Amino acid sequence: MKTSHRHGLRRLVAVGAAVTAASVLLAACGGSDKTATSSGQAQGSPDAVNAALEKGGTITYWSWTPSAEAQVKAFEQAYPNVKVNYVNAGTGNDQYTKLQNVIKAGSGAPDVAQIEYQALPQFALPGSLVDLRQYGFDSFQSAYTPSTWTAVHAGDGLFGLPQDSGPMALFYNKEVFDKYGLTVPKTWDEYVAQAKKLHTADPKKYLTNDTGDAGFATSMIWQAGGKPFSTSGKNVTINLQDAGTQKWTGVWNQLVTGGLLANIPGWSDEWFKALGDGTIASLSVGAWMPGVLESSVKGGAGKWRVAPLPSYDGQPATAENGGSTESVLKQSANPALAAGFVRWLNHDGGVKPFLASGGFPSTTADLADPAFLDKKSTYFGGQQINQVLTSAAGSVVKDWSYLPFQLYANSIFGDTVGKSYQAKTDLDAGLKAWQDALVSYGNQQGFQVNG
Amino acid sequence: MHRDTKGWIFVGPFLAVFALTFLAPIGYAIYLSLFREQAFFGGNVFVGLDNYADVIADSKFWESFLRVLSFLVVQVPVMLILALLAALAIDSARLHGASFFRIVIFLPYAVPGVVAVLMWGFIYGDNFGLAADLNNLLGSTAIKPLSGHWMLPSIANIVTWEFVGYNMLIFYSALRTVPEELYEAAAIDGASALRTVRAVKLPALRGAVVIATIFSIIGSFQLFNEPNILRTLAPNVITTYYTPNMYAYNLSFAGQQFNYSATVAIVMGVITAVIAYVVQLRGTREAL
Repeated sequence: MKTSHRHGLRRLVAVGAAVTAASVLLAACGGSDKTATSSGQAQGSPDAVNAALEKGGTITYWSWTPSAEAQVKAFEQAYPNVKVNYVNAGTGNDQYTKLQNVIKAGSGAPDVAQIEYQALPQFALPGSLVDLRQYGFDSFQSAYTPSTWTAVHAGDGLFGLPQDSGPMALFYNKEVFDKYGLTVPKTWDEYVAQAKKLHTADPKKYLTNDTGDAGFATSMIWQAGGKPFSTSGKNVTINLQDAGTQKWTGVWNQLVTGGLLANIPGWSDEWFKALGDGTIASLSVGAWMPGVLESSVKGGAGKWRVAPLPSYDGQPATAENGGSTESVLKQSANPALAAGFVRWLNHDGGVKPFLASGGFPSTTADLADPAFLDKKSTYFGGQQINQVLTSAAGSVVKDWSYLPFQLYANSIFGDTVGKSYQAKTDLDAGLKAWQDALVSYGNQQGFQVNG
Repeated sequence: MHRDTKGWIFVGPFLAVFALTFLAPIGYAIYLSLFREQAFFGGNVFVGLDNYADVIADSKFWESFLRVLSFLVVQVPVMLILALLAALAIDSARLHGASFFRIVIFLPYAVPGVVAVLMWGFIYGDNFGLAADLNNLLGSTAIKPLSGHWMLPSIANIVTWEFVGYNMLIFYSALRTVPEELYEAAAIDGASALRTVRAVKLPALRGAVVIATIFSIIGSFQLFNEPNILRTLAPNVITTYYTPNMYAYNLSFAGQQFNYSATVAIVMGVITAVIAYVVQLRGTREAL
């Protein structure tokens, strides 16, 4: 903005126009009502979906998954009457911003959109998504892992079918571990000990990086058994001091205050470099990570291995980290056809092309498939990584839920908890500040928030 | 009467575009600022000036305002003085390859802002960037351009680098309009080069300085690109309310608080207008 406004001569004529920049942006997204189109609420049935697929039509699909193009092509071959306009509207937050704008504007939304599990309640609860139970999709429950099946629900409604899952595991650089005599930790206490050992041996190396990441923190609280967020209708409870949360901060505070975490933000260029050259020796992250490592951290080939995520008592326990669903938007003029596309994508023919592009499935049949399970990964030195990752999928701690405004919550994580990370002080103070900000935001938005 | 209508016909096309692109958005922003819509439950209610009262009492808003104000007080004079020195040097006719320097100093302005910030981000990186290399060379860990206290000066450095050339060009073109006779008269009076600068060139530059100052003030208050891009490298240092513009942006696009965001934008616009107007008044009065 600076570039374009520093020099507008017109500014001198009408200095008051300084407000224009912001107001133009606002004008673009300030549609005043959010009336759902009536067609989206039409009653459906499984037969309606089949009929719609047969009859054909055109739908628009927003997604950033690398397999989307191949999936759309295969779908159009299977259903030649249907035309799918595939749009990559940005990754994660970039797409959500656009999606929120078109929802608010009342038109322009795609028929089907990729939405991460953590973002689903934010779109489902205000009524922007179609409940797929009317098409009988609730009968697909047994096809998916329990944690992903829970994740596509908000309240009672079913607002998508799971595309992938991200049960967390410990990815570690074996070369670094061998060189410094580190053992693969089974508990978080052992993990902290390894972090100290490595950083003492070489102050330029860290067991892991963490500069404050809401997705990671919530997953870690999830694994520790914390249930900081619960929603029932308008009532939201936020408690970021519960026993599970404190269990996590009890461990993680030692790393934060001890300066044992690399100050390298995830997904930055420095991060990919550090993963390749051993500066960062391990990551606790979702099962979709192998594809990322293989394509973006070429220097780590042959060095990385996968182990179960450390736990508090040494027993297997993990959490989901990331993962997406495809959902049908209320604005869709042809929700039955859109639902048919979603069914094909994540239940039928779309799963294979998704796996071929390196995705990690949420479908139990594919997770149990010997060809998938026993595949040896050359990047991981021939390790059968899917054995570790699928067993993680079975040990996800139950009953987690995200906030109905999780995206907003994540956006202000750095303002609050980030300050604790930056000052290398107690995370609990930062989490309390986060909670306070979330309580006041929730109340402003019409929820009854206890916290 | 007849003459009046003719005038309107000529002004009409401009007025129509002006109303559509300048007045209407401002009007709409003011309209928005009088309501409060809840993104989830509760709908849209008229709240009068409540949003304005909230902004006035909002410590985040004032924190961001004071941050850009302190940025402005330090960065703008530094940048304008550098630009002035560059313009005087190029205009002095004693510099070999003046046009080369002119283009080189101006070049950063031609680099797209986003690219420039990304590039500086690499330079500033204290793990792998130039900062890290310097630290290795000196055996220190002192150079951390992306850490808390360094961040604002680091941003100021980028902005200065970007805009010195632009402001230099404003000053330089003002200097080119000085009539040759004035220099001849100064030479006949036996004025030294420095004396010529003080007595002839600087007075001629006053108008240009006022304009450049006003542009820079507006630019500083609208600071957005640089911190917003560096945020990915230092998410904990640069908050969502690091500058007023970032605050307005995040309120509306992360928090769906469009009404409050519009209010922040209007309050900031009014403050900017007032300060720019005062500078303009003061600048022109001194010129008289």
